[in-house]
Parts: sequence; C-alpha cells; structure tokens
Amino acid sequence: MTALTIKDLNVWFGTDRDRVDAVKSANFDVGIGESFGLVGESGSGKSTILRAITGLAPTWSGEITVEGKQITGATRDRAFYKTVQMVFQDPYASLHPRHTVDQVLSETLHLHGFKDINARVVRLLDDVGLGGKFRFRYPHQISGGQRQRVAVARALAGEPDILLLDEPTSALDVSVQAEILNLLTDLRDEHKLTYLMVSHDLPVIGHMCDRLAVMKDGEIVEVMETDDLRHGTAKHDYSRSLLAASAVA
Amino acid sequence: MSLLEVENLWVRFPTRQGIFDAVRGVSFTLERERLGIVGESGSGKSMTGRAILRLIRKPGIVEADAIRLEGRNLLDLTEPEMRKVRGQKISMVMQDPKFSLNPVMTIGDQIMEAYLLHNNTSKAQARAKAIAMLEAVSIRDPERVMRAYPHEMSGGMGQRIMIAMMLIPDPQILIADEPTSALDVSVQRQVLDIMDGLVKERGMGLIFISHDLNLVSEFCDRVLIMYAGRIVEVCDADKLHQAKHPYTQGLLNSLPRLDQPKKHLEVLKRDDAWADGESVGGS
Repeated sequence: MTALTIKDLNVWFGTDRDRVDAVKSANFDVGIGESFGLVGESGSGKSTILRAITGLAPTWSGEITVEGKQITGATRDRAFYKTVQMVFQDPYASLHPRHTVDQVLSETLHLHGFKDINARVVRLLDDVGLGGKFRFRYPHQISGGQRQRVAVARALAGEPDILLLDEPTSALDVSVQAEILNLLTDLRDEHKLTYLMVSHDLPVIGHMCDRLAVMKDGEIVEVMETDDLRHGTAKHDYSRSLLAASAVA
Repeated sequence: MSLLEVENLWVRFPTRQGIFDAVRGVSFTLERERLGIVGESGSGKSMTGRAILRLIRKPGIVEADAIRLEGRNLLDLTEPEMRKVRGQKISMVMQDPKFSLNPVMTIGDQIMEAYLLHNNTSKAQARAKAIAMLEAVSIRDPERVMRAYPHEMSGGMGQRIMIAMMLIPDPQILIADEPTSALDVSVQRQVLDIMDGLVKERGMGLIFISHDLNLVSEFCDRVLIMYAGRIVEVCDADKLHQAKHPYTQGLLNSLPRLDQPKKHLEVLKRDDAWADGESVGGS
C-alpha cells in the first residue's frame, strides 16, 4: 500500500474561453514514510494537486487514493482530515488575526474530537519548539517563523500520517527557513510522517525529499530521484533547464 | 556626479516604548549600476528604499543630511514636485503584488492607465503597448491576462505585471523591493534579464532589495548587507562568498545546497554586537 496514489488526475477552473486546465493527467505515488517533492514554475499546477487532494479544488477527475482508500467528490470526511493535513505557504494569511495561538490550536483539537485539549496544546507547542510563553499570543505578536511553527502545530493536531506542505518556507528569511526545515526533518522522524512538499526552490526540495516530480504547464514531465537532481542527470529537457536556472540563480 | 547619493539616512518610528530606529545612519551612492541591498526581514532594507521616495507614512520620520538625485536634494522638494519624481524619475516595484494592484480593475485597464498617464496617445496604442509589455515580462497569454482581475493571477504573474507597469514611464532609477521572491527560478531569470537589459541599454540605476544572497551575488555589481537598521558590510557582489562579517557568513551557511547534502541545516546564531557600532559607508 502506498500513502498516496494519484492516477490520471485532471483539475480545471472556469468554463468556455476562460477555462484553464491546471493539471493534466498527473500520475505519481508516494510511499509510506517517503518525502516526495513537486517542483515547477508558478502556474504549473503543483499547488493545485495539493488543493485537489484536500478538497479545495472541487472540479477534478481521475483517481486519488489515500492509504488504500479512494477519494471521491469535493467533500472529505473526518477520517480524511485525521490522515491528511496541509501547511500553507503564507503564515501571515493562514492564521486568524484575532485568535490567539491557544484558540487556534484548541479549536482544531476540539474539531478533531479530542477531550484532553489542554495537555495536547502544551504538547503541540513543545513539538514545534515553541514554549508555553507563546500560547496566549496573537499572530501579530509573533514572528513569521514562529507563525509557521504554529501552522505546523495546527496541522499536527489531528495526528495525521501525511502532511501536504505548500511552499512552507518561501515567505521566510533564509535563517528562519533553516530552522523550519530542521523542524520538519525532526518531526518526520519523530512522528513517522509522509511528506508531499511543493516548492519552486530546488535546493530546498533536494534537502527535504527522496524523490520529486517536475511539472510544466499542468503536466508532470519527469519523476526522478533526488540523487539525479544532485548530479544534474535529469532526462527531460525542461527539468534540465530548470536545474540550470537554479544552479546560477 | 553620482545618480543618487544618500547621506546619513535615519528612519524613526515613535512608539509607546520610545523611538524605534528602523534605519540608523545609512550612507551610500548609486551609479548607473545594479546595487543590491540584502538582509533579513526587519533589517531596514525596505524602509531604506521607501525613504528615498519619501514614502514613509506618518508618524514615521525620515531624517538625512541629504538624499540627492543628480545633485537635487529630494528632501527639499514640495509634495507636488515629489510626485513628478515618483514614477518618472524613480520607480518602485513593491514586494507584494496582492497589495499593489487595484483589486477591482482589470489588469489591462491598470497597465493602460499607467501608460496613458505618462504619454499622450490613443487608447488603442496604449493597449498595444500594454500587451507588448506583458509579453516582455513573459506572460504566456496576454490577451486573457488583460481581461483578468488581480485575484485571478498567481503571485508570480502579479509581480511580472507590476514590473511591466513600472517600466512603462522609463525611469532613471528603479527600486525593486523583493521583485522576484514570489517567482520561481526559471521566471526569475527572465525578469532579471529584463531588468539587466534596462540597466545596460538605458543607463538606468537599479537598487535591488532582496533577502536572497545567491541571487544578489550573481545579479548585482555591489552589495550592501544590512542588519538591524545599519550597513554591516559592503562588498563586490562576486566576492560575497568571501564575506568577512559573521552575519553574512551565517546567512550563507544556512542555505540548503544541492551539492552538499546534510541532515540538518546550520542555524544562524546572532550576536548582539552586530547591532551596535557605526554603519559602514557604501560609496
């Protein structure tokens, strides 16, 4: 069994002349405990795949299988959200500005149906390296890196097996990015998580992932091992040009 | 004479806890070159860019011995005179296209507005120019983008639209505040090439504000490194990797690298002493 299997996935938005085919027959699978990367330029459909999995992009066709269970339609049941969680790109936009860290985490835990909320909030904050002193702060009172830690804690609240990471560090400074990437590495070891990570930053994907898929114009042009990325032995022309661009920039 | 001279620039914000100095005594000059300013968020690099255009809002205070554009002190100009400088002489590409584009106007109308404001031409010509500009920043389907609203664009598309709009009046200095941080590597290259061409062909000065050290070292001629509101180091961009200051080295070491895989990345350890002391002059 794989953690996640995507087969012939199509996602589109709009109708008629404004119709955009964001993802065109995408195929890949992510093994249990694996860290899989999706790279490509903006508009290539990499985030859209994550959104289709979580039910945020309702117009899709094809097969999505999560831990052996096939997913249908636009809505997901509770069990799904206990298995799959997502961390968004911008920690400034993904936290409610008028809810304290405590409220954010308590509400999430409540929705997941836990009873020992107090103890769990403390444990979650510990897990992501934020002490108790951050518990009653509002998002504007903490830094971008700390906010992203809260977002990761919120994703971990339901004790998921799979984390979908949508550019988790691209809004952060390089020094803070290093801290968050280290945190994600540690959490994956500790909780035996499976990662599906989207990024346009090849070195970040190279650092975090075992395998990756290269996307262009909604299509997956190549699935390769990170070692191929390191040695620059991409097969497809587009992946090669992407590698070349990132080597100099 | 330099294109732009900044002498002893301070930006202050009065707060309940006393005055907060966002920029502390920064001096530098800009020739017809690509000058990079790097630093983390909160280091004052964006504030420096905004202060040059006098875009710091009250209660913020801008103080400087002089900010001279071709010998003319911008601090002495009246607000109407300053409005002529903005856009025409010095243009700025802001960080986030989400907040710089008008959400209730189509992209096409916004670009055409920028063009019609600075040129006395027909709407048809403005439309042709707008499409040409969108193509120049490599937008694939300009006709569709012209009809679209900003919320229908991805971050990268939005930023390219912003750059297209800023280049239309043909300014002497372009201040680009993180213009490519929302873009991916392949598009980043194209956008940088466009800006590079402008510096070379039109003799434009470029102030390139970024947190991406590799990008700056590759793209710019000179780099100012800012920390806590002051310049801690000035160096030639191609020698950035031999930088002396521990802060610069720390930033460089915290980047993941394809050729050196490791389980954990190095984390920057800060030293309070970096924030003290005089600012290094960047001329």
